[in-house]
Amino acid sequence: MAADLVNRNQELSAAAASRRRKLIRRGERALIWVVLLLLTVIMLVPFGWMASTALKERAQIFTYPPEWVPDPVLWSNLHEALTLFPFGTFVRNTLLIAGFNIVGVVLTSSLAAYGFARLRFPGRDVIFMILLSTLMLPFAVLMIPRYVQFRELGWLDSWLPLIVPNWFGGSVFYIFLLRQFFRTIPRELSDAAKLDGASEFRIYWQIVLPLAKPALAVVAIFVFLDSWNDFLAPLIYISSPSKYTVSLGLSLFMGNYTTQWAYLMAASTVMTLPTIALFIAAQRYFVRGVVLTGVKG
Amino acid sequence: MARVEINQGQRTIVTPRMRRSRLSLARREAMSGYIFILPAVLGFVLWTAGPMLYSAWMSLHEWNLMQPARYVGLANFRRMADDALFWKSLRVTLTYAILLVPLFQVVSLLAAMLLNVNVRGVSFFRAAFYLPTVVPVVAASFLWGWIFNPEFGLLNSYLRKLGLTKILWFQEPRWAMTAMIIMSLWTFGGTMVIYLAGLQGIPAHLYEAAEIDGAGAFRKFFTVTIPMMSPVIFFNFVLGMIGALQAFTQAYVITDGGPQNSTLFYTLYIFRKGFTDFQMGYASALAWVLFALVMVLSLLVFRSFGRRVYYEDDGR
Repeated sequence: MAADLVNRNQELSAAAASRRRKLIRRGERALIWVVLLLLTVIMLVPFGWMASTALKERAQIFTYPPEWVPDPVLWSNLHEALTLFPFGTFVRNTLLIAGFNIVGVVLTSSLAAYGFARLRFPGRDVIFMILLSTLMLPFAVLMIPRYVQFRELGWLDSWLPLIVPNWFGGSVFYIFLLRQFFRTIPRELSDAAKLDGASEFRIYWQIVLPLAKPALAVVAIFVFLDSWNDFLAPLIYISSPSKYTVSLGLSLFMGNYTTQWAYLMAASTVMTLPTIALFIAAQRYFVRGVVLTGVKG
Repeated sequence: MARVEINQGQRTIVTPRMRRSRLSLARREAMSGYIFILPAVLGFVLWTAGPMLYSAWMSLHEWNLMQPARYVGLANFRRMADDALFWKSLRVTLTYAILLVPLFQVVSLLAAMLLNVNVRGVSFFRAAFYLPTVVPVVAASFLWGWIFNPEFGLLNSYLRKLGLTKILWFQEPRWAMTAMIIMSLWTFGGTMVIYLAGLQGIPAHLYEAAEIDGAGAFRKFFTVTIPMMSPVIFFNFVLGMIGALQAFTQAYVITDGGPQNSTLFYTLYIFRKGFTDFQMGYASALAWVLFALVMVLSLLVFRSFGRRVYYEDDGR
């Protein structure tokens, strides 16, 4: 179903684009372009304001009307903000957690997705629906019992609560995404291998996974962003600052430093840059991920 | 076990011997199926179903993690009736969800429609709209806290330029929610891209047919775009609602629920009861109420939209 959809989308959008291009007159398109430009400015202004504040001198921050260009440009703000707290440690911690999570989710969610997409067994669809329904479960419902659970396991103030669940499929979202993709891989490929006596695991590992690299990249990117941006879970489970993640580290600015806008914005800018860089580098994967999951969700 | 034959729709003559080998093939496939999904199913039992049951048990107890838990029956649930903050947080969260979610869908869909026109630089525009969704929520919260700063924030500066009085965004209860919603709207890009993918799946001949029938832009929007997009709208609506009910970080970072609890989101309230007051029983009861709320709201959405959703080919 998803395969048809993706293929058909491409054919249709190509045909549709050429026909609709004629339908929409030039004036309308110019107008749309102007509206889009305006909206873009609105969307990007906060980024500009963040970066501009980050490099300003204290006196220039508190001016009216606001000045956009920092004068002088205080690059030293960046260094000072990031040494107020050990951000190097936070980044290293987060990268470690993200690394474990990426491997765990990619491996276990693709296993499950393979089972749901390409194997037949009694109860398959029911089990899948039950798993899928957890997408509708707010984390707030689980945070209290999970906290107690991890406390009894003696995992509090370690990274285990942030990592281990991701080695059990992670979010169903990823299983769903990969399942959609696996269903687009022609069955003939695996049937041929099966006739040659290949086991299911070998088909999964040597045929399906290599073909699914783009989808796995999508999952890896989303898992990285989740690990980098997640706040509530680290907030609950981790108490020693030496084990903090980036988002948790940023929150240390709350209270004492909330009026130090330059430092606050400097740290926020630097911690946002990796996610923006990742997005720019991997833009097409983001779009693909959305197409795989969103349409006909 | 006859599933294999049915599924493949084959009507070959099956000799007993062939059947046996097929059965064992099917059985082998089923076995590997269960092995493949085992980690995910175990994860569901360990980290979702288990905790849910545990939480149900806790909701019937009084427990501060220090002394042993004491069974109190439904006292935790009865206590909510008189808990003004419970009602307040419920109202705050529902207000937020009811205002934000429809607005979010409208903005996302309109933006997606603009981006569906092939103008110059459209991929740049798309990227710009999506960009805010990758910003860490803590950083975004700081940023918007600064933009909404009453004295030197960007927004009030521009309001002042326009000759308007300054707004105490996060200092005044009646504005705090508005500020939260503006901030949340900034991240419509994720939903927008889903709509965009949906729009690109609408066959052009439907629009052409509508045009031949003399339909204008509005008519086309309501008779082609909306019906064809209804599954996507439905999907985004449900997920948007669940997302809105989970709002936490922005309130925790910017307002800590204030002023006068006007941004005391429900999740923030559970968090406080659990991790500040260590009332694990009461917090679990609150969580279960949230769960029930999600169920009821989803059901409502399903029932009010569900039948109107148009599925082109229900090829299951």
